[in-house]
Amino acid sequence: MSDTITKDASAPAGDNSPKATPAKKEKPERVASLWSDAVRDLRRNPLFIIGGVLVLALIVISIVPGWFTDGSPFANGACDLSHSLERPSAEHWFGYDVQGCDIYTRTVWGARNSIIVGILTTTTVTVVGALLGLWAGWKGGVIDSILSRITEIFFSIPTLLGGMLIMSMLPFAGNAYSVSLVMAVLGWPQIFRIMRASVLSNKNNDYVMAARALGAGAGRITFRHILPNAIAPVIVVAAISLGVFIGAEAALSYLGIGVQPPQISWGLMISDAQVRFLAAPHVLLFPAAVLSVTVLAFIMLGDAVRDALDPKLR
Amino acid sequence: MAEPILEVKDLVKHYPLTQGILFKKQVGAVKAVDGISFDLMKGETLGIVGESGCGKSTLAKVLMNLERATSGQVLFKGEDISKLTGQALKAVRRNIQMVFQDPYTSLNPRMTVGDIIGEPFEIHPEVAPKGDRRKAVQDLLDVVGLNPEYINRYPHQFSGGQRQRIGIARGLALKPEIIICDEPVSALDVSVQAQVINLLDQLQGEFGLSYMFIAHDLSIVRHISDRVGVMYLGKMVEIGSDEEIYDNATHPYTQALLSAVPVPDPTARETRDRIILTGDIPSPANPPSGCRFRTRCWKAEERCSTEVPLLAVPELLKGPAAHQSACHFAEVRETAAV
Repeated sequence: MSDTITKDASAPAGDNSPKATPAKKEKPERVASLWSDAVRDLRRNPLFIIGGVLVLALIVISIVPGWFTDGSPFANGACDLSHSLERPSAEHWFGYDVQGCDIYTRTVWGARNSIIVGILTTTTVTVVGALLGLWAGWKGGVIDSILSRITEIFFSIPTLLGGMLIMSMLPFAGNAYSVSLVMAVLGWPQIFRIMRASVLSNKNNDYVMAARALGAGAGRITFRHILPNAIAPVIVVAAISLGVFIGAEAALSYLGIGVQPPQISWGLMISDAQVRFLAAPHVLLFPAAVLSVTVLAFIMLGDAVRDALDPKLR
Repeated sequence: MAEPILEVKDLVKHYPLTQGILFKKQVGAVKAVDGISFDLMKGETLGIVGESGCGKSTLAKVLMNLERATSGQVLFKGEDISKLTGQALKAVRRNIQMVFQDPYTSLNPRMTVGDIIGEPFEIHPEVAPKGDRRKAVQDLLDVVGLNPEYINRYPHQFSGGQRQRIGIARGLALKPEIIICDEPVSALDVSVQAQVINLLDQLQGEFGLSYMFIAHDLSIVRHISDRVGVMYLGKMVEIGSDEEIYDNATHPYTQALLSAVPVPDPTARETRDRIILTGDIPSPANPPSGCRFRTRCWKAEERCSTEVPLLAVPELLKGPAAHQSACHFAEVRETAAV
């Protein structure tokens, strides 16, 4: 009964505009732009899906590690020296470390600090470096000279010495946030230089001149025209350096100025394990493997985003 | 012809040459455009020709206010636009637009055609209300002979000629009165050049545009132009209607340029009298004294090195050849013209 009514109702409507209606239904009016096309492209890119799922999983693990493991590494009796350096087994997949702590539990709980350091440092470095690089490259002249000299000063500071110096001045040293801050302070010049060079090679293109001839302001020219064309190398370097930052956190922790025990981070686990690598390789291999997968996931994301922003590759 | 829509008076553009790293000291200037005056009439096409490096493109940039003039005036309907800034300059840009030389670099590769042609409307929202913009862009695509359904495509999906049509559509979007075409076809295949030229011609009739058409291809300039100006080393050496320039050139440089135009007739090619210029174009940082062309001119005499020839109608010449020429010895050459 209801079927016939709907059919009757739709039939005359179809007769009124027999050509226009079906055509519109097949191909809805789509307003394309660089970003909407990029999102469409990303959704179909397996690289992005795999990387995205991994990154999402890592973020969930770092927010609620309790969902993924029964025990907490901070609980009383979490570590039992009688299990020291025990090999992986069906019950304890990653085995035990020298203190007799379950490596799987520690890896899961250590994700938070490592992911915070990686994402926070990379985001800060990329935003600061890219914006300053954009500014210096676009403005040129005195501003460019001043900013470039400043980056050279930062480049000349040895990372570890500078890190120790800054850390000793910080009132809140020894956690993931202070490590991120130190590495961001020392890390932004690299992104700055890449961005500046990329802007310089793009800003003399005729399309920038054309935008000026139309009366576009500096904001529109830099953010609509130069930035999308100059950002590709920055995305790649940022994705790769995310892993470098997580690893560098380990170096700082090893020197005693990074994340401090009893806090857990992958870097800390790796630096603790390397002493007995030959005797008990699994203590090092599991956190290192998880770190590698994390870095790989972010690089896949970065590559996918870079490709999606280049219409020529579609 | 109607009243002038653009008057250029003694326009000068010098690029300073500096020395020293910390304390920059000006040691000279590249005189890219050095005192050019001409009028652009409403609805006409003024061709500007000259060899590479003579200042044609700089002239276009200064007229567009993409480069600041060192001195001189550009009057648009009587108002000097060469010193405008901010909102006043933005308002003038609606009336003067530009078509660029290279369609491969003048379109942002990361914007869709709809965004590229729609950008003028975003910058000047008063031209098209927000809801109508997409329609306006599609109309423009239609006007320049492209399929309106291409609106979501990217520049790399088009051929050179199609890209130049997109560039022209962008220039037309604000309904300007003047379009400055900076070698709009020199980057295109010969077969496509004619299509684009004919499109420009047709649009001129449709929208009542005035063109300033910069090129180094003399035949194309003759085809499209009502009047032609010849530039050499930052100066206008001769200006007149296309018959005056092509059939009755009086400046030796123009005559030499015209004698180099290829002739599609083998027998005529044998007999014609070519003028082969020797030497290179002098540096615009250190141009010759007096007449700038004297170092390569076969008519040059003592007077040419001391006295700058003015762009004026030569007194000796009357009748069909009476047009402005900056030469002390201006006369029509006694050979069959091309």
